[in-house]
Amino acid sequence: MEKRSVVIIGGGPAGLAAAVAAKENGCDDVLILERDSDVGGILQQCIHAGFGLHIFGEELTGPEYAARFHEQVDQLGISYKCDTMVLDISQERVVTAVNSKDGILQIQAGAIVLAMGCRERSRGAVGIGGTRPAGIYTAGTAQRFVNIEGYMPGKKVVILGSGDIGLIMARRMTLEGAEVKMVLEVMPYSGGLKRNIVQCLDDFGIPLRLSHTVVEVRGRERVEGVVIAQVDEKRRPIPETFEYVPCDTLLLSVGLIPENELSAAAHIPLNPVTNGPFVDQSMMTRCEGIFACGNVVHVHDLVDFVTIESRLAGRGAAQFARGQRKDCGHHLDVKPGFGVRYVVPSEIDPAALHHDEKFLFRVSDVFTDMELEVKVDGQVIYHKRVAQAAPGEMESVQITEQLAHKLTGQTVEIGLRPAQ
Amino acid sequence: MQYDVIVIGAGVTGAMAAYQLSRYQLKVCVLDKRLEPAAETSSANSGIVHAGYDAKPGSQKAALNVRGNLLMEGICKDLDVPFRRIGSLVVAFSDAEAATVRELYESGNQNGVPELRIIDAKETYEREPNLQPGAVCALYAPTAGIVCPYELTTAALEVACVNGVDYVRSTQVTGIETTPEGFVVTAGDKQWNAKVVVNAAGLFADQIAHMVGDDRFTITPRKGEYILFEKSMGSKVNHVVFQTPANGSKGVLVAPTVDGNLYIGPNANVVEDKNDTSTTWTGLEEIKTCAAKSVGGLDMRLAITNFAGLRATPSTGDFIVDSPIAGFINAAGIESPGLSAAPAIAEKVVELVRNSGRVQLQSCPNWVAQREPVVRFREMTNSERAQLVAKNPAYGRIICRCETVTEQEIRDAIRRPAGARSVDGVKRRTRSGMGKCQGGFCGPRVVDILAQELQCEPTEITKFGGASYMLTGKTR
Amino acid sequence: METKNMTCVVCPRGCALTVTVDGGTIVSVTGNTCKRGAAYAEAELLHPERMLTTTVAVDGRSRMLAVRTRTAIPKDKIFDIMHVLYTVKAQASVHIGDVIVPDVCGTGVDVVASQNMA
Repeated sequence: MEKRSVVIIGGGPAGLAAAVAAKENGCDDVLILERDSDVGGILQQCIHAGFGLHIFGEELTGPEYAARFHEQVDQLGISYKCDTMVLDISQERVVTAVNSKDGILQIQAGAIVLAMGCRERSRGAVGIGGTRPAGIYTAGTAQRFVNIEGYMPGKKVVILGSGDIGLIMARRMTLEGAEVKMVLEVMPYSGGLKRNIVQCLDDFGIPLRLSHTVVEVRGRERVEGVVIAQVDEKRRPIPETFEYVPCDTLLLSVGLIPENELSAAAHIPLNPVTNGPFVDQSMMTRCEGIFACGNVVHVHDLVDFVTIESRLAGRGAAQFARGQRKDCGHHLDVKPGFGVRYVVPSEIDPAALHHDEKFLFRVSDVFTDMELEVKVDGQVIYHKRVAQAAPGEMESVQITEQLAHKLTGQTVEIGLRPAQ
Repeated sequence: MQYDVIVIGAGVTGAMAAYQLSRYQLKVCVLDKRLEPAAETSSANSGIVHAGYDAKPGSQKAALNVRGNLLMEGICKDLDVPFRRIGSLVVAFSDAEAATVRELYESGNQNGVPELRIIDAKETYEREPNLQPGAVCALYAPTAGIVCPYELTTAALEVACVNGVDYVRSTQVTGIETTPEGFVVTAGDKQWNAKVVVNAAGLFADQIAHMVGDDRFTITPRKGEYILFEKSMGSKVNHVVFQTPANGSKGVLVAPTVDGNLYIGPNANVVEDKNDTSTTWTGLEEIKTCAAKSVGGLDMRLAITNFAGLRATPSTGDFIVDSPIAGFINAAGIESPGLSAAPAIAEKVVELVRNSGRVQLQSCPNWVAQREPVVRFREMTNSERAQLVAKNPAYGRIICRCETVTEQEIRDAIRRPAGARSVDGVKRRTRSGMGKCQGGFCGPRVVDILAQELQCEPTEITKFGGASYMLTGKTR
Repeated sequence: METKNMTCVVCPRGCALTVTVDGGTIVSVTGNTCKRGAAYAEAELLHPERMLTTTVAVDGRSRMLAVRTRTAIPKDKIFDIMHVLYTVKAQASVHIGDVIVPDVCGTGVDVVASQNMA
């Protein structure tokens, strides 16, 4: 069986950054397995600008951001196989994949990095009723049709979901001549960046209707319209507010789900809140030598943070593969406190920290004027003011050397409390 | 064009009839108004091969159900269609329901259902640990099974075509004229002559019968809505779990599909429009609430789609498999358990064709009973996969990530006799797009492959025929 | 004198700004919680600019090529530039930064490839 020190599953931004870090940390035979025909992942179709401010200090488009890592991978001589689908991974770190050229590949990996990304929630998961005609797409599918294949999925469009992908597609469809009638958001606030609301909707006069959803699709062969409704506090449609909106296309931007079929099949423990693996400070899952990074762990809003996180995973994988992993054996559990949905990592070994790690977390609601607290066994060891926090934007706390020294106990809790 | 037999309708009834008729030296044609087979009722039902205790003793339904169940396994083997005899349970949660279960047991015995028995609460929970508490007993029918209704239909039609049956798509019969020797069947500006006509027109069988003056029955569409869950929920139940009928409602069922998913449904609501397969917000709420009575912990976030099908409910209360006038054969009013009964209905149709005296049934010496096996990459061992890719590299390119469907499987599905012509056609034959992402990833690629295979522009590709275009134009 | 409402997009807080304008000059900005808000309001009102990203066809290829304006262009030129790009055909191979349309619509800004295509 072929042997590789580190095998990386997925050649998107997470996989590419992890590969570079693994190589830089001394592994010369890193292999990336990518299911698409080129590396770069979903960035290839994200042709809008706004990537890279943190990493490169400039605003790049998706393909430009991907190309920078692609170049690094090439310069470092890291090998990758495209059009290659991983079918199975085992806890013994055997990766089974298939492609046209090699047929079935079986590789014994010193360490594995899971970087499969995420997928979009579909209509069924949202439970939209009505007919099942052509013209209902996830925003990402529509984005691929428009930006890569050069085809229009529709002309008169209603978009459900005001996350960034939904907003970006509202502008994109408009620029290509479609009429975007409205963007609906079931929550009372948008999950997208303010800038995207201004530059993707306001610039083109596209209305954003908060606390609204689609309850029914109409049209037998092609979408002819949708019935929309306002929702109550429990997100249930209010019958008196039903309204018919004619359109030929419904685009859905209703959430992303980490794609963990391989992880689940390998019995890697998953966090039900994120749908991604539990990981430690080095992004190692609860299976020895299997690491994970990027959207397969938790959905990020900025690719820059994916890159930063994936470098940790690449380094961790390289150290594991080379037998250099530090492990003092004492772990603290990391838990979300008040107002926090989840924290990555979910466990931490203070002795193994490099002090470039972060606690990454998302809040559970829109908050203003809060105090963020990091507690160890109930004692506040760090706090900072948070003027504004929303579920759509990932928050972080750098685990500095100073902070790390205070991590002596059993449980770390990260939570909010109203500022005094 | 002169045919011995024209079958109207490419649902499971018509396809099975065509398959059985293809054994004989007959010129047979299947006319269907849709682009793909199994496009209506046969693509949206429970996928259950019922044991046969439900139908009224002495009815056609009862006899054809029990016989169909007996034949199904062999036919599925021949057609390379997965069939699993997982058994069914009708669970009673009260003494009153237990009494109903005993009645079902009695009628099952009268119908000749084999191996039927009533099991106590202990065995019920051993068989179904995820049942809600409070079950008293259950009717256990080991012979009940599950099958994919559209795969069965497609497979039967394919083998019929291999044996020389003509399959004419997108052709809606608009008139039938009776002549001394047979019939002139009209669809728009096209006409065919046939000695025998088989009416397997599902929801529209009353309209077809009316064309030859048979007005004995009408068909009422009765809608059933379903919610389908992802495969991680597939082991929630081990059998088809029915609720005990009460107060005129049959309850909804919780059942695994033969492909490993789980579904809940159907409800039953009479609708006016025979094309109304929309789901409704209230209907979906209804089945969620109702399903929760038998099985708890049905996480709606794991739902992948919802859909509705229409039962072709006849005014007579029973299947109508007969010949009202010489040479015209009804296989009409085929509501539940129509899928289970389909092999037996086909047998009876052949018998009625024979009895019509219009054609001679002489066996074809080289009749092919079996479908050319279908490559199912996801079910293969790695060494089988390696051999396959070595033979044809397109089996090494995965198009549908959720269901692990390869490019060549999709091309095969298009190229096979009576092959796919649309995105839904590919989906029903290969499962590409049936998984969690519901075609999000594979959709654009499937459109591309269809356009290549059918030598047309991607903008001409439809979801299921008609005006169901996937795309509205090019950007440049 | 007129007042205009806008959302500041400098940071995620998204302050609701009220800007009072007299002719071509800004008299006051309120609602901002930091001074970047005022600068944003001024730029956005007096000379709003946007980065434009889209695709162009490539001669002999079925796939689109991603392109962008090298720097931001005046917001009111977006559709003029789109109309130019609807008919442009790029020639492969192309590299990131290659000029596809120089000085598009007289803006002084080039439209460049934002993707490599061999």
